[in-house]
Amino acid sequence: MAEQSEPLVGIVVVSHSAMIAEGLVELAGQMAGSEVRLLAAGGAADGSLGTDAGRIAEAIAEADAGAGVVVLADLGSAVLASKLALEMLGPEAAGRTRLSGGPLVEGAVVAAVQASAGDGLAAVLEAAEEAAHMSKDVA
Amino acid sequence: MDGSGSLSFEDVRGWVRRYAGVIAENKVYLTELDSAIGDADHGINMDRGFTAVLLKLDALSGDDAGVVCKTVGSTLISTVGGAGGPLYGTLFLQFGIAMSGHPSVSLNEWLAGLDAGITGIQRLGKAEPGDKTMLDALMPARDALKQALANGTPPNEALRDAVAAAEAGMKATIPLVARKGRASYLGERSAGHQDPGATSSYLLLKAAADTWSEVG
Repeated sequence: MAEQSEPLVGIVVVSHSAMIAEGLVELAGQMAGSEVRLLAAGGAADGSLGTDAGRIAEAIAEADAGAGVVVLADLGSAVLASKLALEMLGPEAAGRTRLSGGPLVEGAVVAAVQASAGDGLAAVLEAAEEAAHMSKDVA
Repeated sequence: MDGSGSLSFEDVRGWVRRYAGVIAENKVYLTELDSAIGDADHGINMDRGFTAVLLKLDALSGDDAGVVCKTVGSTLISTVGGAGGPLYGTLFLQFGIAMSGHPSVSLNEWLAGLDAGITGIQRLGKAEPGDKTMLDALMPARDALKQALANGTPPNEALRDAVAAAEAGMKATIPLVARKGRASYLGERSAGHQDPGATSSYLLLKAAADTWSEVG
């Protein structure tokens, strides 16, 4: 079997809730295999509900194995904090990071699958955003 | 401020200390505004941030007027967990950058910081005037101050003009339907309530005028 030599796209889950972020990393991790860097960046610095741009920046840096990072967020201010995190990381890292505008849970699961299959940054982002259209067959 | 509108390190620190007190006094009020159309934590979050700021202020020493605001900005980013963290953090970082490198600056540098802060806030949140946000107080204030200084209005009066514009902008948010922020999830139900971010922004500018402008 060929050794996995190409780095895989990393994934960061941002939520106002540390529990949501960690739970989703666990859930998506079931689909991702052990090589995908899948990190949680949820909650404010003191553990309360909220977001922490510094923590998000650290997670993005850690998730980057060289193939870039897709960041998924729950609500608007998680996007704000994520954008600020990119400003803090600088243009080079920001250039290799993509913020998904799609759903958090479905997007993270799909992104984890695609990342572990070796998809590149643009493809993983597209899959994460297309997750908005996945049907749940509730009829 | 004297006639030339010059601001020292201590003037800037005094402004921030006053604002921290204003936030503490208005914590419940800001949270009430935010519970009507948000997640009920604006006052709590800002108070947490500015409590952390106060602890750092005393240790700062004074030959760069920008150091105070840079410290405030980085502290808020890591202690205010809502939208206010990134947004006020960016505003204060820009104030700090505009005022740095000198032991005292003029109101023109402060205006440049306000202007750059507004740009930074817009870059992060993509809000426009009328979206019912802090920008609805900050932008009119920036415009009024710019106009007043360009007209040669004395600095103390120019700053008071800016505060009046911020107050009018804050009150004008009442009928607006929110298009940004947690309030936007409420849609039409956000109308009829004053925006908490515009309120805390007005209070920030008022604290500057109360600290620096002799009441005439």
